[in-house]
Order: sequence, then C-alpha cells, then structure tokens
Amino acid sequence: MGKNFAGLVAGLIFGIGLTISQMTNPAKVLGFLDIFGNWDPSLAFVMGGAMAITTLGYFLVWKRKSPVFADQFHVPTNTRIDPPLVIGAVLFGAGWGLVGLCPGPAIAGLAIGGWQIWVFLAAMLTGMALHEVGKRAKLLP
Amino acid sequence: MENFTPVSALVGGALIGSSAVLLMALTGRVAGISGIVSNIVLGAPGERLWRALFMIGLVLGPVIVRIISGEPLPFEITSSLPFLLAGGLLVGIGTRLGSGCTSGHGVCGLSRFSIRSLVSVITFIGVGMIMVTILRLLAGG
Repeated sequence: MGKNFAGLVAGLIFGIGLTISQMTNPAKVLGFLDIFGNWDPSLAFVMGGAMAITTLGYFLVWKRKSPVFADQFHVPTNTRIDPPLVIGAVLFGAGWGLVGLCPGPAIAGLAIGGWQIWVFLAAMLTGMALHEVGKRAKLLP
Repeated sequence: MENFTPVSALVGGALIGSSAVLLMALTGRVAGISGIVSNIVLGAPGERLWRALFMIGLVLGPVIVRIISGEPLPFEITSSLPFLLAGGLLVGIGTRLGSGCTSGHGVCGLSRFSIRSLVSVITFIGVGMIMVTILRLLAGG
C-alpha cells in the first residue's frame, strides 16, 4: 500500500519536474542536442539540478538499513563496460536525436502532446518488447 | 542561446532529483523510466502496481501544471510519421539493451558515480548531437 502510494507521488513529482523544466517539449530537447546550431544548454542544467539533489539525497537515504516500504535497496551492481551498454546507448541516442523524445517525456507528454507522442510511445513499447523477445530467443543480451 | 532557461531548468531538475530520492527512500528503487515502464509487465508480480502508478503520476504531473498555470504548455514536434516510428523503436530497443535512459543512467547513475552510466550518458548525448547535426545539414540548414 505504502509502496504504491510512493510510486504515484514520485511519478507526479517527476512529471511536474519534467514540465517545469520544459523537457516535455521535444523542440526544447532538440535545442540542447543542436550543439552547432542555436544551442540551448537548458537540459544540462536540468541534469545538474537533478544530480545535485540526488547525489546528496542518496547519500543520506543510504545511511538507513532499508527503504521505508521495502526490505532492501535495489541498486545496479554491474560495473562492466560491455558492448550491450554502448550499442544500446548508440541506438537510444540515435532515436532521441531523431525525434527529441526519451522515455520519461514520451509518457509524461501523453495528455498534453499531440497524436505524434502516441505513435512514438507505441513504437517505443514495441522496441522494448522486441528486445525482450530477442533476449528470450537468446539472440540479444 | 536566446532559448536558454536556466532557472526553470534548475527548478525542474531539482524536482526530478527529489522524485528519485523519494523513490529510493520509500521503495529502494532507482527512478529509471525505461526500467520502470518495462517492469510493469516484466517485473515480479508484487512489484508491478507501484510502477504502473508511477506512470499514472507521470502523466498527471503535466496536467496539474497545465491546470494551475492556466496556460497551454509548450509542445512542439515536427517529426514525420516514419521518423516517429523509427525514433520510438530505436529508443525502446536501445534503452533496454543499454540498461537505461536519461533518468536511470543520467540522473540516478551519475549521482551514484557509476562509470557504466557515465559511458552511457556520454554516448547517447554524443550520438544524439551527431544525429541532430546530420538532420540539419540534410535539411539544408
């Protein structure tokens, strides 16, 4: 129960943050990626603001033995720089630069964007499903 | 750089960071959107509802800002249908293969000083910038 409420509230705050920073606007995101054009560094400031709070917050939170509504913290333990990591980031970067949407804004924009965001989200979920199919067929890591 | 909005970027970023810290403190999970959305289906049965509620919050966040501000939120997308489909597929496969996106690797990963996340972020931002530059050159800008 607490965990579910936590999910809802965290999602709300995340969505409000994306909106206030205008990261829900694909044109704004493309402005950051357009480094040789009319460059807009705002996205770097969004990341900076988020990291400042998260670095300090994680440091304080991890002083606890466990989270409030769960038995343990789940933090990725893999430290290998392997081909899937890099190839995945290349594919993601290519799609991000093509449209200006990454997963957060693609979902946060559903109620405020146009039909395009629904098409993009459907394709994105299909991509995720394709990866899962490839993984189960042992074709993808 | 006339589109640069450092203050709203920092404020929005701080909210995104607060969401990540809250989620870690309460549920023990990183706030990676691509991971949360795919684990609504792929996650353990007891770990699905909070993720679905996170997504509902993520969609409602911008709606709340829209209602309070009383103004339409900037949303500008110029991609054609083939670009939307290709971009969505690439983002979907890439984020799963590379174990994260702008939020999981960008905000949460960098905040815990993960080298894997640093490699991912540099790669997807770099490729995104190359993609936007190529598209602009092809368009004759």
